[in-house]
Order: sequence, then C-alpha cells, then structure tokens
Amino acid sequence: MATLTREQIRKTIFDVFGAIAPEVEPDTIDPGKPLRDQIDLDSMDFLNVIIRLHEILKIDIPESDYAQLATLDSTVDYLSRRKGI
Amino acid sequence: MPSLGADMEAGTLVEWMVKPGDAVKRGQVVAVVETQKGAIEVEIWETGIVDRLVVEKGRKVPVGEVLALLRAPGEAPPAAAPARARISPSARQLAEELGIDIRSVQSAEPGGVISRADVERAASARKAAPAPAAAAKPAEADWHAQMRKAIAVAMSRSKREIPHYYLATDIDVTAVTDWLAAENTKRGVAERLLPVVPLMKAVALALHEVPELNGSWTEGAFRPSAAVHLGMAIAMRGGGLVAPAMHDADRKTLDGLMADLRDLTTRVRGGRLRSSEMSDPTITLSSLGEQGVEGVFGVIYPPQVAIVGLGKVTERAWVHQGTVAVRKVMTATLSGDHRVSDGHRGGLYLAALNRLLQDPGKL
Repeated sequence: MATLTREQIRKTIFDVFGAIAPEVEPDTIDPGKPLRDQIDLDSMDFLNVIIRLHEILKIDIPESDYAQLATLDSTVDYLSRRKGI
Repeated sequence: MPSLGADMEAGTLVEWMVKPGDAVKRGQVVAVVETQKGAIEVEIWETGIVDRLVVEKGRKVPVGEVLALLRAPGEAPPAAAPARARISPSARQLAEELGIDIRSVQSAEPGGVISRADVERAASARKAAPAPAAAAKPAEADWHAQMRKAIAVAMSRSKREIPHYYLATDIDVTAVTDWLAAENTKRGVAERLLPVVPLMKAVALALHEVPELNGSWTEGAFRPSAAVHLGMAIAMRGGGLVAPAMHDADRKTLDGLMADLRDLTTRVRGGRLRSSEMSDPTITLSSLGEQGVEGVFGVIYPPQVAIVGLGKVTERAWVHQGTVAVRKVMTATLSGDHRVSDGHRGGLYLAALNRLLQDPGKL
C-alpha cells in the first residue's frame, strides 16, 4: 500500500462498485456527477461499498464523511487524502 | 409445490437436494424451485424420511402439486410388491392415451383409487405447465416480463378483493435520527446500522397495540398472527421487487434486524431466498425515502391485511416544545384492509409508531 497511487485508488473504487453493482460500466461514469444518480445504489449497497473500501484500503470512514464520497472524483480525492497521497 | 406468494401459480423444480431414504428435519432445504421471482429454496415442514421424489427435475408444476412423499420417522418403507397403483381400469387406459405417468397422479381422496377425473386433472396441470425446457432460466428480458406479470397478478387481486383505506401522518424523527448518528459513531464500519433498522423495529412493535393489522385474510376470515414477520420490500437490480419475511422482527435486537436485512438484501440480489421467507410475512413495510419519495401509499400484498409506507426524512419547520424549530420529519402511511380494521384503529397504529420513535433507546 506504500506505493498506492491515485490511479490505483480509482481502479479500486471501480472494482468495489463492479462487485456490488455488476451492471456498472466504468467508461460511462461521469467523474464529476453524483454516483448515486448514475448507479442504482441504495443505502445497503453504499454501506457495502464503504465496508469494502475500508477492508481494502484500511481506512475508517466515519458517517460524517459520507458526503465527501458523492462523486467519483471526490471519492478519489478523499481516499487519496486519507492515504496521504 | 408450495405457494410462495399470492402471485405464484406454478414453479419449475430445478434441483433436488435430497434423495429417497434421506432423513430430513423440519425447516431443512430439500429442493430449489424456479419462480417468476427467481430461484427459491424450498423447506420441508415435517421431519421424516424421504420416501419418493414424485416430481422430476425440470418439470413445471402448479402450486399444490405433491413434490415428494415422506415417511414418518420409524415408519417402515412401503413393501416393494404393491408397485401397482390403485387405479380404475378406465383411468389407467385414459392415462395411457394421454401419456400420463400414473405414478405422478394423486387421487382426490387421500389413499383413494385414482379415477378418470384424477387423470384428467393431472393432464390439465401438465398442459398448463408443459415445459421441462422451462427449467432453464429464461432470458433476462423475459424474466423481467414474468416478474412484472407476477406483480401485476398479485396487485390486481389486491385491488379487486381488498377494500383499502389509506392514512398518513407526519412524524418528528429527530430523536431517532440523532440517536442513530450517535450510535453509529461508536461503531466500526461493518457494525453500523442503516437508518431504516430502528424504523423496522418500531413498525413491528407498534403492531402489539393494533394486532388486527398483523396476519392474513384466508378463506373468508382474518387469521391474526401471534408472531410479527415483517415483509421488507427490497428492490431487485434492474427492476422488480420482493418482500421476504424478517421473522419475529418485534423480538429481535437492532443488530439482529440489521444482520437479517443484510442477509436478505444480499440473497435477493444474488442468491436464493427460502420458501418460508416468501410465504411467511404477516405485514409489509415499504421504505422509499432513499429515492426521494415523501409519501408511500402501498397496495396490500394478499393475503396480508396491511402495508406500512415510510417516506424520506426532510428538515421542516415544526413546532417542538412550544416553539418553531427545524426538525427532521418523515411521513408514515398505512394502507389497511377494511374487512379487518378501520381508520380509527389504523390511526392508533400510526400514533403508536410515532410514540415508539420518540424513545429510540428502548427499541
């Protein structure tokens, strides 16, 4: 994880979403638009995304930070910051 | 073939998980059936020994058809000699003409002689459900069309047979929302509770005060249920929904309910539900707040007699302790069956729900 890059974090996010919402096609995601407007996610799906990101990246994501994971770009920014990238 | 909901007419047996001679226990999964709502694991309701598998893999059979025969524990297997079925000569001839395997024909009278009428009934059932080939999972588009058809059948029946009444009330949910936020800060990511979980518990507990909303309308009469099996409406990926039972929802802890919800959601979207989960709900809860819906006026899923709807939590100007304040408010609705209850009792239910949500620490 020491050599983790923003691009790897982006790929991790796609992998996690792909496992939870298999219909997701990464190329069709607009990185600046809210993910929940583009992917059919309910709160259970979103919680599962948070849990998987927590498991893979070893980051505890408090509920108060959920708003920072609204878009793909903001999620990459948030996770990169938390990983010190 | 068990009925796994008001919309189910037939199912295709896709897998046997037991074989003749196996000992089975009540509640054990013995088969997998493909329905319009996906593959369902069929549980058995008696303990015993599997004597014979009557329906072979791949056959589509109507609800009510015998799938297998069971012997009581300790009961000797039937002697091999009387393989000859008890069937009238003319019924045997008719079965031969129609190509019906007489081993699959049941007499209308338990233990009775198979008659021509029994053979004709078996032939009709086969005609209604002819296709062993249907064992294969239908193409995606076809499957969705079938699901919509199944939902339409149940909802049409509901609107035709159930005299609905509808009630709505706005509930100040600030206390439960704040309580949950505080509770979740103490928990690790994987142990957090979703906002709907305390609402589910309150919906279940409030039924203790108005039990006539919990049960089924069967054979012209209301059958109250002592247990609260909450049917939780869960959307399927790509459309459609199912509302499997969260058993004994009123007696479970919030963590227990969260675990059940996680398990059911996972299996609705990628695994298999069990027959008891499909057939046991005593009331349904539909929560559409996440989709931005403010009020849900549900259609009762027969044979149930009520459905509760929860809308989104919004911040509103609200009189609280004598002053106007910004509070978190949610619209809760109840659709009830007038054959069993009325608006007065329904109103008492929503009042009980409101009261329970003001004291979330006790849920």
